[in-house]
Amino acid sequence: MIEMSNVSKHYGQFQVLTDCSTTVSKGEVIVVCGPSGSGKSTLIKCVNGLEPFQSGKITVDGVSVGAPETDLPKLRARVGMVFQNFELFPHMSITENLTIGQIKVLKRSAEEATEIGLKLLDRVGLKAQAGKFPGQLSGGQQQRVAIARALSMNPICMLFDEPTSALDPEMVNEVLDVMVELAHEGMTMMCVTHEMGFARKVADRVIFMDQGRIVEDATKADFFGTPRSERAQQFLSKILSH
Amino acid sequence: MFSTLDLSVIAPSLPFLWTGLQYSLKLTLVAMTGGIILGTFLALCRLSSSRVLAGAATAYVDLMRSIPLVMVILWFFLLIPLMTGNPVGAETSAMLTFTAFEAAYYSEIMRAGIQSVSRGQVAAGDALGLTYRQTMSYIVLPQAFRNMIPVLLTQTIILFQDTSLVYIIGAKDLLKAAEIAGKNYNRPIEMYIFVALCYFVLCISLSLVVKQLQKRVAIVR
Ligand SMILES: Nc1ncnc2c1ncn2[C@@H]1O[C@H](COP(=O)(O)OP(=O)(O)OP(=O)(O)O)[C@@H](O)[C@H]1O
Ligand SMILES: [Mg+2]
Repeated sequence: MIEMSNVSKHYGQFQVLTDCSTTVSKGEVIVVCGPSGSGKSTLIKCVNGLEPFQSGKITVDGVSVGAPETDLPKLRARVGMVFQNFELFPHMSITENLTIGQIKVLKRSAEEATEIGLKLLDRVGLKAQAGKFPGQLSGGQQQRVAIARALSMNPICMLFDEPTSALDPEMVNEVLDVMVELAHEGMTMMCVTHEMGFARKVADRVIFMDQGRIVEDATKADFFGTPRSERAQQFLSKILSH
Repeated sequence: MFSTLDLSVIAPSLPFLWTGLQYSLKLTLVAMTGGIILGTFLALCRLSSSRVLAGAATAYVDLMRSIPLVMVILWFFLLIPLMTGNPVGAETSAMLTFTAFEAAYYSEIMRAGIQSVSRGQVAAGDALGLTYRQTMSYIVLPQAFRNMIPVLLTQTIILFQDTSLVYIIGAKDLLKAAEIAGKNYNRPIEMYIFVALCYFVLCISLSLVVKQLQKRVAIVR
Protein backbone atom coordinates (compact mmCIF):
# COMPACT_ATOMS: atom_id res chain seq x y z
CA MET A 1 0.00 0.00 0.00
CA ILE A 2 2.70 2.47 1.04
CA GLU A 3 6.22 1.96 -0.21
CA MET A 4 9.04 4.20 0.78
CA SER A 5 12.55 3.78 -0.50
CA ASN A 6 15.61 5.82 0.41
CA VAL A 7 13.68 8.96 1.17
CA SER A 8 15.88 11.89 2.14
CA LYS A 9 14.95 15.44 2.93
CA HIS A 10 16.90 18.47 4.05
CA TYR A 11 16.20 22.08 4.91
CA GLY A 12 19.27 23.83 3.58
CA GLN A 13 22.16 22.15 5.35
CA PHE A 14 19.96 20.46 7.91
CA GLN A 15 19.20 16.82 7.14
CA VAL A 16 15.71 15.96 8.42
CA LEU A 17 15.34 12.53 6.83
CA THR A 18 18.12 10.26 5.71
CA ASP A 19 17.55 7.19 3.55
CA CYS A 20 14.23 6.18 5.03
CA SER A 21 12.77 2.98 3.61
CA THR A 22 9.82 0.95 4.71
CA THR A 23 6.68 -0.71 3.44
CA VAL A 24 3.19 -0.74 4.80
CA SER A 25 1.02 -3.51 3.41
CA LYS A 26 -2.72 -3.43 3.14
CA GLY A 27 -4.35 -3.80 6.54
CA GLU A 28 -1.13 -3.30 8.44
CA VAL A 29 -0.83 -1.00 11.42
CA ILE A 30 2.55 0.64 11.83
CA VAL A 31 3.50 2.67 14.86
CA VAL A 32 6.26 5.26 14.40
CA CYS A 33 8.04 6.51 17.50
CA GLY A 34 11.23 8.24 18.43
CA PRO A 35 12.55 11.25 20.30
CA SER A 36 11.34 14.76 19.58
CA GLY A 37 12.83 16.23 16.44
CA SER A 38 13.72 12.84 14.99
CA GLY A 39 11.64 13.47 11.87
CA LYS A 40 8.49 11.44 12.57
CA SER A 41 6.06 14.16 11.53
CA THR A 42 8.13 14.96 8.49
CA LEU A 43 8.22 11.32 7.46
CA ILE A 44 4.48 10.84 7.75
CA LYS A 45 3.74 14.12 5.96
CA CYS A 46 5.89 13.00 3.06
CA VAL A 47 3.50 10.11 2.51
CA ASN A 48 0.68 12.37 1.32
CA GLY A 49 2.95 15.02 -0.10
CA LEU A 50 2.34 17.64 2.57
CA GLU A 51 6.12 17.79 2.84
CA PRO A 52 8.20 17.59 -0.31
CA PHE A 53 11.37 15.50 -0.25
CA GLN A 54 14.50 15.79 -2.33
CA SER A 55 15.41 12.21 -3.09
CA GLY A 56 14.05 8.71 -2.85
CA LYS A 57 10.62 7.47 -3.79
CA ILE A 58 7.27 7.04 -2.10
CA THR A 59 4.36 5.28 -3.73
CA VAL A 60 0.88 5.03 -2.30
CA ASP A 61 -1.29 2.40 -3.94
CA GLY A 62 1.11 2.48 -6.88
CA VAL A 63 1.00 6.27 -7.30
CA SER A 64 4.34 8.03 -6.94
CA VAL A 65 3.93 10.89 -4.48
CA GLY A 66 6.90 12.98 -5.56
CA ALA A 67 6.38 12.65 -9.30
CA PRO A 68 5.55 15.95 -11.01
CA GLU A 69 2.71 14.42 -13.01
CA THR A 70 0.92 13.16 -9.90
CA ASP A 71 -2.38 14.83 -9.11
CA LEU A 72 -1.64 15.44 -5.44
CA PRO A 73 -5.11 16.60 -4.36
CA LYS A 74 -6.56 13.45 -5.89
CA LEU A 75 -4.06 11.26 -4.08
CA ARG A 76 -4.54 13.08 -0.77
CA ALA A 77 -8.28 12.61 -1.01
CA ARG A 78 -7.62 8.88 -0.72
CA VAL A 79 -5.26 9.16 2.24
CA GLY A 80 -6.81 10.17 5.55
CA MET A 81 -4.76 12.30 7.89
CA VAL A 82 -5.24 13.19 11.54
CA PHE A 83 -3.18 15.94 13.12
CA GLN A 84 -1.85 16.56 16.58
CA ASN A 85 -3.91 19.75 16.94
CA PHE A 86 -7.07 18.31 15.34
CA GLU A 87 -7.24 21.12 12.77
CA LEU A 88 -11.00 21.10 12.51
CA PHE A 89 -12.22 24.14 10.63
CA PRO A 90 -13.35 26.50 13.42
CA HIS A 91 -15.71 28.54 11.26
CA MET A 92 -17.73 25.51 10.22
CA SER A 93 -20.17 23.39 12.19
CA ILE A 94 -19.26 19.79 12.94
CA THR A 95 -21.53 18.63 10.13
CA GLU A 96 -19.91 21.05 7.68
CA ASN A 97 -16.49 19.84 8.76
CA LEU A 98 -17.60 16.32 7.95
CA THR A 99 -19.09 17.15 4.57
CA ILE A 100 -16.85 19.75 2.97
CA GLY A 101 -14.35 17.24 1.61
CA GLN A 102 -17.07 14.91 0.40
CA ILE A 103 -18.92 17.69 -1.39
CA LYS A 104 -16.00 19.65 -2.83
CA VAL A 105 -13.62 16.79 -3.62
CA LEU A 106 -15.74 13.66 -4.05
CA LYS A 107 -18.62 15.68 -5.54
CA ARG A 108 -21.20 13.96 -3.39
CA SER A 109 -24.54 15.69 -3.01
CA ALA A 110 -25.11 17.62 0.21
CA GLU A 111 -27.73 15.11 1.38
CA GLU A 112 -25.57 12.09 0.73
CA ALA A 113 -22.55 13.74 2.35
CA THR A 114 -24.55 14.71 5.41
CA GLU A 115 -25.94 11.21 5.76
CA ILE A 116 -22.47 9.67 5.56
CA GLY A 117 -21.05 12.33 7.87
CA LEU A 118 -23.69 11.79 10.53
CA LYS A 119 -23.24 8.04 10.36
CA LEU A 120 -19.51 8.46 11.02
CA LEU A 121 -20.21 10.94 13.78
CA ASP A 122 -22.44 8.36 15.40
CA ARG A 123 -19.69 5.82 15.04
CA VAL A 124 -17.26 7.98 17.03
CA GLY A 125 -19.98 8.51 19.60
CA LEU A 126 -20.73 12.16 18.92
CA LYS A 127 -24.06 12.12 17.16
CA ALA A 128 -25.48 14.78 19.48
CA GLN A 129 -22.78 17.31 18.57
CA ALA A 130 -23.61 17.61 14.86
CA GLY A 131 -24.81 21.20 15.03
CA LYS A 132 -22.08 22.53 17.28
CA PHE A 133 -18.85 24.25 16.37
CA PRO A 134 -15.38 22.81 17.04
CA GLY A 135 -14.69 25.38 19.75
CA GLN A 136 -17.60 24.03 21.76
CA LEU A 137 -16.16 20.50 21.96
CA SER A 138 -13.47 19.07 24.21
CA GLY A 139 -10.13 18.12 22.72
CA GLY A 140 -10.96 14.44 22.72
CA GLN A 141 -14.26 15.09 20.99
CA GLN A 142 -12.59 17.31 18.41
CA GLN A 143 -10.05 14.65 17.63
CA ARG A 144 -12.76 12.04 17.19
CA VAL A 145 -14.54 14.41 14.78
CA ALA A 146 -11.23 14.84 12.95
CA ILE A 147 -10.98 11.06 12.57
CA ALA A 148 -14.55 10.94 11.30
CA ARG A 149 -13.76 13.73 8.85
CA ALA A 150 -10.82 11.76 7.47
CA LEU A 151 -12.97 8.63 7.23
CA SER A 152 -15.68 10.51 5.36
CA MET A 153 -13.44 10.43 2.31
CA ASN A 154 -13.34 6.60 2.31
CA PRO A 155 -9.55 6.58 2.58
CA ILE A 156 -7.48 3.59 1.55
CA CYS A 157 -5.14 4.25 4.47
CA MET A 158 -4.87 6.59 7.43
CA LEU A 159 -1.98 8.64 8.75
CA PHE A 160 -1.91 9.82 12.35
CA ASP A 161 0.57 12.38 13.67
CA GLU A 162 0.58 12.19 17.47
CA PRO A 163 -3.21 12.23 17.64
CA THR A 164 -3.32 12.10 21.44
CA SER A 165 -0.37 14.19 22.52
CA ALA A 166 -2.29 17.47 22.67
CA LEU A 167 -5.02 15.92 24.80
CA ASP A 168 -5.62 15.98 28.53
CA PRO A 169 -4.79 12.52 29.90
CA GLU A 170 -8.40 11.63 30.63
CA MET A 171 -9.31 12.09 26.97
CA VAL A 172 -6.57 9.99 25.45
CA ASN A 173 -8.44 6.73 25.69
CA GLU A 174 -11.60 7.84 23.93
CA VAL A 175 -9.47 8.65 20.89
CA LEU A 176 -7.32 5.54 21.13
CA ASP A 177 -10.46 3.40 21.36
CA VAL A 178 -11.64 4.75 18.02
CA MET A 179 -8.22 4.05 16.52
CA VAL A 180 -8.14 0.52 17.91
CA GLU A 181 -11.55 -0.13 16.44
CA LEU A 182 -10.33 1.12 13.07
CA ALA A 183 -7.32 -1.15 13.26
CA HIS A 184 -9.51 -4.14 14.04
CA GLU A 185 -11.63 -3.34 11.01
CA GLY A 186 -8.55 -3.76 8.86
CA MET A 187 -7.70 -0.15 8.09
CA THR A 188 -4.15 0.39 6.91
CA MET A 189 -2.63 2.79 9.39
CA MET A 190 0.60 4.61 9.97
CA CYS A 191 0.59 6.22 13.41
CA VAL A 192 3.16 8.47 14.98
CA THR A 193 2.48 7.97 18.67
CA HIS A 194 4.16 7.34 21.96
CA GLU A 195 1.20 5.39 23.28
CA MET A 196 2.95 2.09 23.70
CA GLY A 197 -0.23 0.48 25.02
CA PHE A 198 -1.80 1.19 21.66
CA ALA A 199 1.24 -0.20 19.88
CA ARG A 200 1.12 -3.40 21.93
CA LYS A 201 -2.57 -3.81 21.27
CA VAL A 202 -2.81 -3.32 17.52
CA ALA A 203 0.54 -2.59 15.88
CA ASP A 204 1.95 -5.07 13.42
CA ARG A 205 5.29 -3.33 13.28
CA VAL A 206 7.02 -0.56 15.15
CA ILE A 207 9.38 1.89 13.49
CA PHE A 208 11.83 3.73 15.69
CA MET A 209 13.39 6.89 14.35
CA ASP A 210 16.36 8.84 15.54
CA GLN A 211 17.98 11.86 13.91
CA GLY A 212 16.11 11.43 10.67
CA ARG A 213 16.90 7.77 10.25
CA ILE A 214 14.77 4.69 10.65
CA VAL A 215 16.88 2.95 13.25
CA GLU A 216 14.54 0.10 13.93
CA ASP A 217 11.78 -1.41 11.84
CA ALA A 218 10.67 -4.51 13.65
CA THR A 219 7.64 -6.60 14.42
CA LYS A 220 5.89 -5.67 17.61
CA ALA A 221 7.20 -8.72 19.41
CA ASP A 222 10.78 -8.05 18.39
CA PHE A 223 10.57 -4.38 19.18
CA PHE A 224 9.25 -4.78 22.69
CA GLY A 225 11.19 -7.97 23.31
CA THR A 226 14.66 -7.28 22.03
CA PRO A 227 15.15 -3.88 20.46
CA ARG A 228 18.47 -4.02 18.66
CA SER A 229 19.67 -0.47 18.87
CA GLU A 230 20.78 1.10 22.08
CA ARG A 231 18.84 4.29 21.32
CA ALA A 232 15.61 2.36 21.04
CA GLN A 233 16.30 0.59 24.31
CA GLN A 234 16.93 3.86 26.08
CA PHE A 235 13.88 5.40 24.52
CA LEU A 236 11.67 2.49 25.50
CA SER A 237 12.85 2.41 29.08
CA LYS A 238 12.22 6.14 29.34
CA ILE A 239 8.76 5.94 27.87
CA LEU A 240 7.65 2.82 29.69
CA SER A 241 8.81 4.10 33.06
CA HIS A 242 6.29 6.94 32.81
CA MET B 1 -19.29 84.88 17.12
CA PHE B 2 -21.88 82.25 17.89
CA SER B 3 -24.50 84.96 18.22
CA THR B 4 -24.15 85.50 14.50
CA LEU B 5 -24.70 81.85 13.61
CA ASP B 6 -27.90 81.34 11.70
CA LEU B 7 -28.81 77.71 12.06
CA SER B 8 -32.13 78.14 10.31
CA VAL B 9 -30.41 77.70 6.94
CA ILE B 10 -29.67 74.06 7.72
CA ALA B 11 -33.18 72.65 7.69
CA PRO B 12 -34.03 73.76 4.12
CA SER B 13 -30.64 72.47 2.90
CA LEU B 14 -31.13 69.00 4.35
CA PRO B 15 -32.54 67.34 1.20
CA PHE B 16 -29.63 68.68 -0.82
CA LEU B 17 -27.06 67.67 1.79
CA TRP B 18 -28.70 64.23 1.91
CA THR B 19 -28.02 63.66 -1.80
CA GLY B 20 -24.39 64.57 -1.09
CA LEU B 21 -24.22 62.18 1.85
CA GLN B 22 -25.80 59.46 -0.25
CA TYR B 23 -23.02 59.80 -2.77
CA SER B 24 -20.37 59.77 -0.01
CA LEU B 25 -21.86 56.59 1.43
CA LYS B 26 -22.17 54.98 -1.98
CA LEU B 27 -18.57 55.86 -2.77
CA THR B 28 -17.48 54.37 0.56
CA LEU B 29 -19.43 51.16 0.01
CA VAL B 30 -18.23 50.70 -3.57
CA ALA B 31 -14.61 51.41 -2.67
CA MET B 32 -14.83 49.14 0.37
CA THR B 33 -16.33 46.21 -1.53
CA GLY B 34 -14.14 46.63 -4.58
CA GLY B 35 -11.11 47.43 -2.46
CA ILE B 36 -11.49 44.33 -0.30
CA ILE B 37 -11.98 42.08 -3.32
CA LEU B 38 -9.07 43.58 -5.25
CA GLY B 39 -7.03 43.78 -2.04
CA THR B 40 -7.61 40.11 -1.26
CA PHE B 41 -6.48 39.26 -4.76
CA LEU B 42 -3.36 41.42 -4.30
CA ALA B 43 -2.67 39.76 -0.95
CA LEU B 44 -2.91 36.30 -2.53
CA CYS B 45 -0.49 37.42 -5.24
CA ARG B 46 1.95 38.75 -2.67
CA LEU B 47 1.85 35.50 -0.75
CA SER B 48 2.06 33.30 -3.83
CA SER B 49 5.20 31.44 -4.72
CA SER B 50 5.36 33.14 -8.12
CA ARG B 51 7.99 35.85 -7.98
CA VAL B 52 6.46 37.76 -10.87
CA LEU B 53 3.01 37.91 -9.27
CA ALA B 54 4.38 38.74 -5.84
CA GLY B 55 6.67 41.41 -7.26
CA ALA B 56 3.97 43.05 -9.33
CA ALA B 57 1.53 43.10 -6.42
CA THR B 58 4.15 44.48 -4.05
CA ALA B 59 5.07 47.21 -6.51
CA TYR B 60 1.43 48.20 -6.90
CA VAL B 61 0.79 48.31 -3.16
CA ASP B 62 3.97 50.25 -2.43
CA LEU B 63 3.24 52.72 -5.21
CA MET B 64 -0.29 53.45 -4.01
CA ARG B 65 0.82 53.74 -0.43
CA SER B 66 3.51 56.27 -1.19
CA ILE B 67 1.46 58.75 -3.22
CA PRO B 68 -0.85 61.24 -1.53
CA LEU B 69 -4.46 60.36 -2.16
CA VAL B 70 -5.29 63.83 -3.51
CA MET B 71 -2.80 63.35 -6.31
CA VAL B 72 -4.14 59.92 -7.18
CA ILE B 73 -7.63 61.39 -7.35
CA LEU B 74 -6.44 64.14 -9.69
CA TRP B 75 -4.36 61.87 -11.89
CA PHE B 76 -7.11 59.33 -12.32
CA PHE B 77 -9.51 62.12 -13.16
CA LEU B 78 -7.15 63.32 -15.89
CA LEU B 79 -5.90 59.93 -17.06
CA ILE B 80 -9.06 57.85 -17.30
CA PRO B 81 -10.59 59.99 -20.08
CA LEU B 82 -7.25 59.92 -21.92
CA MET B 83 -7.10 56.13 -21.74
CA THR B 84 -10.72 55.30 -22.41
CA GLY B 85 -11.28 58.08 -24.92
CA ASN B 86 -14.36 59.51 -23.25
CA PRO B 87 -14.93 61.39 -20.03
CA VAL B 88 -16.45 59.32 -17.25
CA GLY B 89 -17.51 62.08 -14.90
CA ALA B 90 -16.13 63.00 -11.52
CA GLU B 91 -18.41 60.62 -9.61
CA THR B 92 -17.43 57.49 -11.52
CA SER B 93 -13.80 58.52 -11.66
CA ALA B 94 -13.77 58.86 -7.87
CA MET B 95 -15.21 55.37 -7.45
CA LEU B 96 -12.53 53.83 -9.62
CA THR B 97 -9.82 55.83 -7.89
CA PHE B 98 -10.89 54.93 -4.39
CA THR B 99 -11.29 51.26 -5.24
CA ALA B 100 -7.79 51.13 -6.73
CA PHE B 101 -6.28 53.17 -3.91
CA GLU B 102 -7.99 51.46 -0.98
CA ALA B 103 -7.18 48.03 -2.42
CA ALA B 104 -3.56 48.68 -1.47
CA TYR B 105 -4.50 49.25 2.17
CA TYR B 106 -7.05 46.46 2.35
CA SER B 107 -4.51 44.09 0.80
CA GLU B 108 -2.13 44.66 3.70
CA ILE B 109 -4.92 43.87 6.12
CA MET B 110 -5.97 40.76 4.23
CA ARG B 111 -2.36 39.65 4.01
CA ALA B 112 -2.07 39.83 7.77
CA GLY B 113 -5.41 38.02 8.00
CA ILE B 114 -4.30 35.19 5.74
CA GLN B 115 -1.11 34.84 7.74
CA SER B 116 -3.13 34.73 10.95
CA VAL B 117 -4.65 31.42 9.82
CA SER B 118 -2.35 28.64 10.99
CA ARG B 119 -0.43 26.48 8.55
CA GLY B 120 -2.13 23.50 10.14
CA GLN B 121 -5.45 24.66 8.72
CA VAL B 122 -3.96 24.78 5.24
CA ALA B 123 -2.43 21.35 5.78
CA ALA B 124 -5.83 20.01 6.89
CA GLY B 125 -7.46 21.39 3.76
CA ASP B 126 -4.70 19.97 1.58
CA ALA B 127 -4.91 16.61 3.33
CA LEU B 128 -8.62 16.37 2.51
CA GLY B 129 -7.74 16.70 -1.15
CA LEU B 130 -8.92 20.27 -1.58
CA THR B 131 -7.10 22.19 -4.28
CA TYR B 132 -5.19 25.41 -3.52
CA ARG B 133 -8.14 27.41 -4.72
CA GLN B 134 -10.62 25.47 -2.61
CA THR B 135 -8.45 25.59 0.50
CA MET B 136 -8.18 29.33 0.07
CA SER B 137 -11.83 30.01 -0.59
CA TYR B 138 -13.41 27.65 1.95
CA ILE B 139 -10.82 27.42 4.72
CA VAL B 140 -8.33 30.28 4.76
CA LEU B 141 -10.12 33.36 3.41
CA PRO B 142 -13.30 33.01 5.50
CA GLN B 143 -11.21 32.81 8.65
CA ALA B 144 -8.85 35.57 7.53
CA PHE B 145 -11.80 37.80 6.76
CA ARG B 146 -13.48 37.08 10.08
CA ASN B 147 -10.34 37.72 12.07
CA MET B 148 -9.86 41.01 10.28
CA ILE B 149 -13.39 42.43 10.30
CA PRO B 150 -12.63 45.03 12.99
CA VAL B 151 -9.48 46.20 11.20
CA LEU B 152 -11.23 46.24 7.83
CA LEU B 153 -14.00 48.38 9.30
CA THR B 154 -11.52 50.75 10.91
CA GLN B 155 -9.94 51.21 7.50
CA THR B 156 -13.41 51.84 6.11
CA ILE B 157 -13.94 54.67 8.62
CA ILE B 158 -10.74 56.27 7.36
CA LEU B 159 -11.93 55.69 3.81
CA PHE B 160 -15.24 57.40 4.58
CA GLN B 161 -13.42 60.46 5.88
CA ASP B 162 -11.08 60.45 2.90
CA THR B 163 -13.98 60.47 0.44
CA SER B 164 -14.38 64.17 1.28
CA LEU B 165 -11.27 64.76 -0.85
CA VAL B 166 -13.26 64.18 -4.04
CA TYR B 167 -14.62 67.69 -3.78
CA ILE B 168 -11.41 68.80 -5.55
CA ILE B 169 -12.54 67.16 -8.79
CA GLY B 170 -16.06 68.45 -8.28
CA ALA B 171 -17.81 65.20 -7.38
CA LYS B 172 -20.94 66.03 -5.41
CA ASP B 173 -20.31 64.42 -2.07
CA LEU B 174 -21.40 65.62 1.35
CA LEU B 175 -18.64 68.20 1.62
CA LYS B 176 -19.25 69.56 -1.87
CA ALA B 177 -22.98 69.77 -1.14
CA ALA B 178 -22.22 71.75 2.00
CA GLU B 179 -19.97 74.06 0.06
CA ILE B 180 -22.67 74.70 -2.53
CA ALA B 181 -25.40 75.16 0.07
CA GLY B 182 -23.15 77.44 2.06
CA LYS B 183 -22.62 79.61 -0.99
CA ASN B 184 -26.30 79.66 -1.85
CA TYR B 185 -27.32 80.87 1.57
CA ASN B 186 -24.12 82.77 2.07
CA ARG B 187 -23.70 80.84 5.30
CA PRO B 188 -20.57 78.65 4.78
CA ILE B 189 -19.61 78.44 8.46
CA GLU B 190 -22.93 76.96 9.53
CA MET B 191 -22.79 74.43 6.73
CA TYR B 192 -19.23 73.36 7.43
CA ILE B 193 -19.99 72.99 11.12
CA PHE B 194 -23.04 70.91 10.33
CA VAL B 195 -21.28 68.50 7.94
CA ALA B 196 -18.37 68.18 10.34
CA LEU B 197 -20.94 67.04 12.86
CA CYS B 198 -22.35 64.56 10.34
CA TYR B 199 -18.92 63.06 9.68
CA PHE B 200 -18.25 62.95 13.39
CA VAL B 201 -21.48 61.20 14.35
CA LEU B 202 -21.20 58.64 11.56
CA CYS B 203 -17.57 57.82 12.27
CA ILE B 204 -17.97 57.64 16.02
CA SER B 205 -20.97 55.30 15.69
CA LEU B 206 -19.08 53.05 13.34
CA SER B 207 -16.09 52.89 15.62
CA LEU B 208 -18.38 51.95 18.51
CA VAL B 209 -19.63 49.09 16.34
CA VAL B 210 -16.02 48.10 15.70
CA LYS B 211 -15.31 48.04 19.43
CA GLN B 212 -18.24 45.70 20.02
CA LEU B 213 -17.11 43.46 17.19
CA GLN B 214 -13.59 43.34 18.54
CA LYS B 215 -14.95 42.02 21.81
CA ARG B 216 -16.92 39.35 20.03
CA VAL B 217 -14.02 38.30 17.83
CA ALA B 218 -11.88 38.05 20.95
CA ILE B 219 -14.41 35.66 22.48
CA VAL B 220 -14.73 33.49 19.40
CA ARG B 221 -10.99 32.92 19.17
N1 LIG C 1 10.47 24.26 8.11
C1 LIG C 1 11.55 23.77 8.74
N2 LIG C 1 12.76 24.35 8.58
C2 LIG C 1 13.86 23.86 9.20
N3 LIG C 1 13.84 22.77 10.01
C3 LIG C 1 12.67 22.17 10.22
C4 LIG C 1 11.46 22.62 9.60
N4 LIG C 1 10.46 21.81 9.99
C5 LIG C 1 11.01 20.89 10.82
N5 LIG C 1 12.34 21.09 10.96
C6 LIG C 1 13.26 20.29 11.76
O1 LIG C 1 13.20 18.99 11.32
C7 LIG C 1 13.37 18.08 12.40
C8 LIG C 1 12.29 17.05 12.37
O2 LIG C 1 11.05 17.65 12.65
P1 LIG C 1 9.74 16.77 12.89
O3 LIG C 1 8.64 17.72 13.18
O4 LIG C 1 9.57 15.84 11.76
O5 LIG C 1 10.14 15.96 14.19
P2 LIG C 1 9.21 15.03 15.08
O6 LIG C 1 9.92 13.75 15.19
O7 LIG C 1 7.84 15.00 14.55
O8 LIG C 1 9.27 15.77 16.46
P3 LIG C 1 8.12 15.96 17.57
O9 LIG C 1 8.10 14.72 18.39
O10 LIG C 1 8.60 17.14 18.34
O11 LIG C 1 6.84 16.21 16.83
C9 LIG C 1 13.36 18.92 13.66
O12 LIG C 1 14.69 19.01 14.14
C10 LIG C 1 12.86 20.25 13.22
O13 LIG C 1 13.50 21.26 13.97
MG1 LIG D 1 5.97 15.75 15.26
